[in-house]
Amino acid sequence: MMDLIQLAVPVLLKGLWVTAALTFVSVLIGFNLGLGLALMRLSSNRFLSGFAKYYSNVFRGTPLLVQIFLFYYGLGQLSLIRDNAALWWVISDGARCAILALALNTAAYTSEILRGGLMSVPVGLVEAAQACGMSRMLRFRRIEFPLAIRQALPAYGNELILVVKGTSLASTITVLEITGYAKRLMSQTFAIFEIFAIAGVLYLVVNLMLIAIVRSTERFLMRHESQSRQGSSAPRSKESAAVS
Amino acid sequence: MEFGLWQVWEAGWVTAILRGASITILVGLVSMAAGLVIGIVCGLIKWARIFPLSLLVDAYTSLVRGVPELLIIYLLFFSSVEFVTKVVTAFGYAGVAENGYAFVIAVIAIGAISGAYSTEVVRGALAAIPDGHIEAARALGLSGGRIFRRIIAPQMLRIAVPGINNVWQTTIKDTALVSVVGLQELMRISFVGANSTRHPFVFYLIAAVVYLAITLVSQAGFDGIERRLRVRTRK
Repeated sequence: MMDLIQLAVPVLLKGLWVTAALTFVSVLIGFNLGLGLALMRLSSNRFLSGFAKYYSNVFRGTPLLVQIFLFYYGLGQLSLIRDNAALWWVISDGARCAILALALNTAAYTSEILRGGLMSVPVGLVEAAQACGMSRMLRFRRIEFPLAIRQALPAYGNELILVVKGTSLASTITVLEITGYAKRLMSQTFAIFEIFAIAGVLYLVVNLMLIAIVRSTERFLMRHESQSRQGSSAPRSKESAAVS
Repeated sequence: MEFGLWQVWEAGWVTAILRGASITILVGLVSMAAGLVIGIVCGLIKWARIFPLSLLVDAYTSLVRGVPELLIIYLLFFSSVEFVTKVVTAFGYAGVAENGYAFVIAVIAIGAISGAYSTEVVRGALAAIPDGHIEAARALGLSGGRIFRRIIAPQMLRIAVPGINNVWQTTIKDTALVSVVGLQELMRISFVGANSTRHPFVFYLIAAVVYLAITLVSQAGFDGIERRLRVRTRK
């Protein structure tokens, strides 16, 4: 048992860094793309909002595995892609291809979450900002985005966990991250449950850390509320009633 | 033709893809049914806070929802493959049982995953039922079973429909993952087709379109259900 842990843990930790890197880069790209798509969806331009809607339906309606295979195996077949040096650089490598698929996939879900957040911003506040003479950019930066992100953060936390879980699919296109190493170790050692337990704990730790980060960000953004709520703890009282 | 559409048509891949799609839908439906049973039982346990069991349910849902589906499928498949092959060969069904076995593993894995998500949906729906309704039923002297059947279940179902829709969509998409253990469903057929014809682009594109068709049709179905339930509440 000790031998097994000594063998498996360093290998799986090596995979942990790959998982973390895949998650980080695809979330970074996916969030920005998703924000752009959410703005497109809400714009009055019918072409832009239609594109964003179809994009999100297609990426949310097909399995991530299909998207990864389509990008990795499918796109390399097209001469259009093979002749373009930059595109070929992305497609030809498993890790880069997985990031591409994950980023495009999470962008679709992120756009839906952010759209919900942006739609929840009270019209009066936007109008007030307009009346103050704020430019469109300033209005978005100071009024709409901060309010929308507060609303969207809990749902976005769930999406982050889905991205972490999604990175496991990169193992199907030769990228060795936690799941990839775990599969290899399972077939080498036959200690299937033990390997699963170690890999599972690593994933749970990553997810718990993400949840903690999201929660503390939420608390930071809601810091004005926590003080005013102490007097009238209306939403809390219902929960405590359910407990008793 | 560059993309090989003609080859797909000629070599009879269309029927193979349709067969794969029907297996995908079958795995999805059976797993979803299993997941709903798990979800209702575990959701009730979590909602009612039945003490030792609720801890188990919490462990189950947070484990399954936090660990990648692929890892769960590997665990179930690799840990049972040796045992099952031994049993099956001992009884002389080696070849016959292969696909059936993958099907069973697929349903257990996907059912457990969809059960964990359903649990949260059911718990949320139960929590949304006003306490007053249950207290009123109790005051009228209805028995526990009757309260569940007449008061809790109808309201819970209506509230849970959008959540169940989400779980179903993830379930049908998760079935693609069991292709890694060799079940001949849509994704596996596309993989085999892509490799043997060397036209991966067209095969995975077809797979994507078929999955999209399945999710769009079921979305329309759930929209219809929601609309009907809403009409009934208005009476």
